[in-house]
Amino acid sequence: MSTLAFEHAALGFGNRTLWSNLDLSVQPGEFLAVLGPNGSGKTSLLKTILGQQRLDAGRVSLEGHPIRRGDRRIGYIPQQKLAAPGTPLRGRDLVTLGVNGHRFGLPITSRAERQRVDGLLADVGATRFADQPIGSLSGGEQQRLRVGQALAADPVLLLCDEPLLSLDLQHQRGVSELIDRRRREHDTAVVFVTHDVNPVLGMVDRILYLADGQFLQGTPDEVLQSDVLSDLYGTPVDVIRHDGRVIVAGVPEHHHV
Amino acid sequence: MFDYSNYGELLALVQNSIIAAAVLGVVGGLIGVFVMQRDMAFAVHGISELSFAGAAGALLIGANVVAGSVVGSLIAAVLIGLLGARARDRNSIIGVLMPFGLGLGILFLALYPGRSGNKFGLLTGQIVSVDFAQLGLLITIAVIVLVALLAVWRPLTFDSLDPEVAAARGVPSRWLSLGFMVMLGLTVAVSVQIIGALLVLALLVTPAAAALRVSSSPVAVPLLSMAFGFVSAVGGILLAIGGSLPISPYITTISFAIYLVCRIVGARRTREIRMTA
Repeated sequence: MSTLAFEHAALGFGNRTLWSNLDLSVQPGEFLAVLGPNGSGKTSLLKTILGQQRLDAGRVSLEGHPIRRGDRRIGYIPQQKLAAPGTPLRGRDLVTLGVNGHRFGLPITSRAERQRVDGLLADVGATRFADQPIGSLSGGEQQRLRVGQALAADPVLLLCDEPLLSLDLQHQRGVSELIDRRRREHDTAVVFVTHDVNPVLGMVDRILYLADGQFLQGTPDEVLQSDVLSDLYGTPVDVIRHDGRVIVAGVPEHHHV
Repeated sequence: MFDYSNYGELLALVQNSIIAAAVLGVVGGLIGVFVMQRDMAFAVHGISELSFAGAAGALLIGANVVAGSVVGSLIAAVLIGLLGARARDRNSIIGVLMPFGLGLGILFLALYPGRSGNKFGLLTGQIVSVDFAQLGLLITIAVIVLVALLAVWRPLTFDSLDPEVAAARGVPSRWLSLGFMVMLGLTVAVSVQIIGALLVLALLVTPAAAALRVSSSPVAVPLLSMAFGFVSAVGGILLAIGGSLPISPYITTISFAIYLVCRIVGARRTREIRMTA
């Protein structure tokens, strides 16, 4: 059974269609990258999976059942957003929120939960800075903690919304390797929204490319071709491969893959 | 100016005021931690002006002043909560509501035929003149907020830090934000009675801001903030009853002095962290 499945799904705003007739399934352990220019509906796609945005038509399901809001089987890693310097939380508290942050009641963390947090901190290589205020941590360190937070509920699906944005190359590699290891070791499916496929190019099984109300999907080698993307955009686009990196040039409106 | 010869008798007279101030100091310090994290200091000020209008309106028509103050607070808090989900919208809404509330309050006071001493109490504090039944009401409201705040502590922390991730995890963001505004409104309504509409920030923002200067621990910050609020509010009353000055300047001065000390200690602390790093 696929972890995530869209059937004949459509979404638009007003009279603008973001995508329609979308059939997509993501298998356990599969790494799907979602690419496309700004405004092509990448983030909206994630919101439908999170149950925060209704489809105009069709269905989306998680492990065969309709999506519901706040499902603990989904781990969500957002864009890196630096915590304010005065935030009264330490690294481990960020991960603890993933374990019990949704629960009402007296804010007491049990011993078992604390051990779980220690384990998660070790998994994402964050033990060293676990007791520092998050406001004093670098973007890369904070993002490692967010991966730990997202893994807290042992998810079957990881949704990543540009998690590498504004990280330096070393941290991009570190964070994407954490995500890749998780799906290899636990068969967790990954849906990874990004505007730059290069940091995860070696990990991606399949690409969903959204543009101008159209989409196409396939392996990186199938999708990242000049003629294929030219067809999608309806205008000549060049896919340049250089040194193991992919650059898409000539796309209307400035952006890169 | 100071006369502490009958201090014992005076103390017995204001005993309930002291209890009210103590509870408010604790609740104000606690909710202040979230006011800082959610960047709502301006909202506190805006709510307090409408709370003042509500209290003044109640005074004019001879209704319960605390009830009037609560109604004004809640209207402002819910409006700000519903219309100002984003910080930018929020600030403009508060900027519009605040002078309206203050103006309305001044109008009510101008129409009020009673003693003028009560009038300014709403703006600058009047706890000693609050009667016994109303003090009980203030304490009850503050305790309710305290309990509610502890019950939503974790989801509210999550939502304040990262609303999108919290929502993805099933935290009911919208309801929680609205609930927080209601708690804030109630706390402001109580504060208006004790320290006055213009000075509410001294108990709802200053203690938390001071605590955040000296710690980042999720346990120490609320505890310190509550302690600072408690010391400011109770200390202010204890000092004021021996003299002829109103309570508010004592409270604001203590609270400000604590903040200054915390800033100095905090500056030294960050320097040390930087040196060891």
